[in-house]
Amino acid sequence: MGKNIATRESYGNALKELGAEKANLVVLDADLAGATKTGVFQKAYPERHFDCGIQECNMIGVAAGLATMGLVPFASTFAMFAAGRAFEQVRNTIGYPHLNVKIGATHGGISVGEDGASHQCCEDFALMRTIPGMTVMCPADDVEARAMVRAAYEMEGPVYMRFGRSAAPVFHEEGYGFQIGKGEVLKDGKDAAIIANGLLVAEALEAAKALEEAGISARVINMATIKPLDTDLVLKAARECGKIVTAEEHSVIGGLGEAVCGAVAESCPVPVKRVGVQDVFGHSGPAAALMKQFGLSAEKIVEAAKALCGK
Amino acid sequence: MTPAENKELRLAAVKVREGILTSTHGAKAGHPGGSLSAADLFTYLYCKELRIDPKNPRDPKRDRFVLSKGHTAPGLYSALALRGFFPEADLPTLRHIDSYLQGHPNMNTVPGVDMSTGSLGQGISAAAGMAKGAKFLKEDVNVYCLLGDGELAEGQVWEATLFAAHYKLDNLCLIADLNGLQIDGRTADVMNTAPVDAKFAAFGCDVVQIDGHDFNAIAAAFEKFHANKGSGKPTAILMKTTKGKGVSFMEDKASWHGVAPNDEQYAQGMAELAAARAAIEKEA
Repeated sequence: MGKNIATRESYGNALKELGAEKANLVVLDADLAGATKTGVFQKAYPERHFDCGIQECNMIGVAAGLATMGLVPFASTFAMFAAGRAFEQVRNTIGYPHLNVKIGATHGGISVGEDGASHQCCEDFALMRTIPGMTVMCPADDVEARAMVRAAYEMEGPVYMRFGRSAAPVFHEEGYGFQIGKGEVLKDGKDAAIIANGLLVAEALEAAKALEEAGISARVINMATIKPLDTDLVLKAARECGKIVTAEEHSVIGGLGEAVCGAVAESCPVPVKRVGVQDVFGHSGPAAALMKQFGLSAEKIVEAAKALCGK
Repeated sequence: MTPAENKELRLAAVKVREGILTSTHGAKAGHPGGSLSAADLFTYLYCKELRIDPKNPRDPKRDRFVLSKGHTAPGLYSALALRGFFPEADLPTLRHIDSYLQGHPNMNTVPGVDMSTGSLGQGISAAAGMAKGAKFLKEDVNVYCLLGDGELAEGQVWEATLFAAHYKLDNLCLIADLNGLQIDGRTADVMNTAPVDAKFAAFGCDVVQIDGHDFNAIAAAFEKFHANKGSGKPTAILMKTTKGKGVSFMEDKASWHGVAPNDEQYAQGMAELAAARAAIEKEA
């Protein structure tokens, strides 16, 4: 506890560490190696870092070709360009043939900050979730992010990982046993469950404390894997807590919130409130201020949980 | 190339063209026009050029072929069947429900297909990635990629070409099938990509221009590609072709881009190809 590290830093550091062990790991970037932090890997292994220049669509296709040769490419750029601009390339050239490409998308969400709406991608979970066979993940802190990069390398098949630009509090212990497709119960509770990922996990923990003081026992679940969703854990929360608040730095359309809604609607219908970006574009500003302004905060989670509990 | 080899290739090309008609007729859909324009190229690639083994279609050391103009799958499938990757008898199941012969190439269902393609402009990037991967792994693997001339309007084609030249991928052979037609009409009218030779040259390729229906010219173009090894430049073979080549009523007609022959047209086309075979066989 106490440290703050942006998960894009974790991405670069994890690639460098893994690079020492795995000779077939290669990294691609699209003129953003400094920002995505793959520059850390590039410095250590220049012969395994292929800058594609500003051509994200081609980068995705090149990654697919490299994967067919037995290499494990990590294609890196901002979430907006990886999931947005190159969506169809990801769908047709990586997803459809189910190639072993890992997409490291940094600068996800509104916490991109000053760059404004054009770069604040709040649609990537939605886009990537719709591709059959795609694993979609977003880590909550540095420890989880590094474990996730390793797990992505170890699994066979396409993976989309979203990392953040802004420093995030580190709350996991080193050696935390991250598993793809498994949610993590950070705090037990019985009145409502908060299911969050990314920066909103720390907010959820803070919200749970405030709710406790208001007499509401909240379970906090870190759902780093959006797809495949840990449906068992979601349904258990639905059965045992009866109410769910989801929280994510993403549009309320198509992300973790809707994934959770889909799971409970089919098997255990309970009321759900979705904390997220409310179908609007962002704008320029400091990350922390934007998070508050767009309702991506402990306060909003508390408000949603209280409303569900009739308090 | 000896006259006997040339004759043998022309006979094989008749067989590939028959497969194109048979598969699209069986499918009642598909793209015969652009398959026929590239039929001689498919024939040469799969009979002479590619270092491949139908018994070991996933051999990591094999040459790779990416059909970036994926809609001409009937041409590719016909050549693969001729080379023995799967039974020719399966060709009429093209596009049928539950057939492995998907409308556009699927690397996971069709033996011998090296990349799933169909969305134009994307196969070339994958081919560039394969060539880059081969260089990185220090493997003697050549990568071939066939593009359509309508496809050259896709921006990603030029992104990939930039990449190939930047990374000195002289193990990458781009081939453009310049049949001059696309769905909506003449390429020159729909979206003019001319001059194609100057564009590929400006993007850093070594450009070879040939008649895409002349096996001696095709062979010479690939010899040029092999001679270019070490130059650090990708090769771009620009082949002038006729859409629908070999079937008189399909030749140079945009309307045959994506329409299958009906029973009568199929019979007529097969009769023309049989006559072409007989004429070649009669040669001294």
